[in-house]
Amino acid sequence: MTGTTDLWTLAVIGGMACVTVIARCFFFIFDRPWSLPHWAQRGLQYAPIAALSAVVVPEVVMTQGQLIGSLHDARIYAAAAGVAAYFWRRDVMATIVVGMAVFLPLHIGLGW
Amino acid sequence: MFLRRAYYTHPEFAVGFRQMAPQSLGIAAWGLMTGVAMVKSGMSIVEALAMAMFVYAGSSQLAAIPLLLVGAPMWVILATAFCVNLRFVVFSLHLRSYLIHLPRLERLVTGYLTTDITYVLFVQRFPKPGQTEEARVAQQAYLAGNSCVNWSNWVGSSILGIALANFIPTAWGLGFAGILCLVGILCSLATTRLRMLSAALAGVAAVAAYALPLKLNIIVAIAVAVLACLSLEKLRPSPPPAPELPEEHRA
Repeated sequence: MTGTTDLWTLAVIGGMACVTVIARCFFFIFDRPWSLPHWAQRGLQYAPIAALSAVVVPEVVMTQGQLIGSLHDARIYAAAAGVAAYFWRRDVMATIVVGMAVFLPLHIGLGW
Repeated sequence: MFLRRAYYTHPEFAVGFRQMAPQSLGIAAWGLMTGVAMVKSGMSIVEALAMAMFVYAGSSQLAAIPLLLVGAPMWVILATAFCVNLRFVVFSLHLRSYLIHLPRLERLVTGYLTTDITYVLFVQRFPKPGQTEEARVAQQAYLAGNSCVNWSNWVGSSILGIALANFIPTAWGLGFAGILCLVGILCSLATTRLRMLSAALAGVAAVAAYALPLKLNIIVAIAVAVLACLSLEKLRPSPPPAPELPEEHRA
């Protein structure tokens, strides 16, 4: 994936569009009523945040498959500021704005 | 079908349209940022456009970007996207009584277009599913008007972001805005202690298992976190909380 279009990526995008339809229509795809087993219903409470965390945390604290060894890394400060901004304003946009306001000077200015 | 004349000439279409308007700025900012993030992390213009138009789910698009980048297998990417989208499964249970009377294709199109914010506005406007044909048409008209603004806004702002991305040097690292967006959504989901534990466990497990091939660390992390929370819940049963209302600015 380096700026060129390839069929595999397009196939993944098609698959993801199907995932959107299945998730948003989950309980009304079929006519007859049905429900999930209890454990799966409870799992719905915890899986989304786990999935986000599993994607996000390595993107913030790892480089080339290794835990970052130095504190000179703009990502950790930006992510911490973003978390604080969320709980201050209760707004996802605040996370992005404050996080990038910390990230860009450190990353572009200091090369972290 | 979804844009039938009976819907877009109905007064509720305009109501849905109007009620979405105040949310539009936030959604546009998010679409813009997602557009930039997709291109800046190496997707081609065609791929980014296809993703914005067809996937139409900001959080799962952003979560998929780092996985696409390292060539993770398709099933891992789709499973991750599905987990991120599980909140919609909860909404769909609620929406069932509003939509089940429709023919299946219209039902699926309606569900596909109903994002977090549309869902919240819709159930506020119609606390009970309509019982008469008239009431049902009004509901569909409202959803059509609402989704119309939402879709055009999301796709339009994504296209703008994709176009702007070409003028921004990659070295600036603007793709990181996508990760920050996921950080914000993650915080918005952290409403109970067990959910916070789920996030913490998944984060640690994803790093610890990073060396696994095929990006399986993501799947392992989700499984570990969910199983641990389910077992803890068994030890200390508590009344299930009501499904949370989602934060704004999510597609």
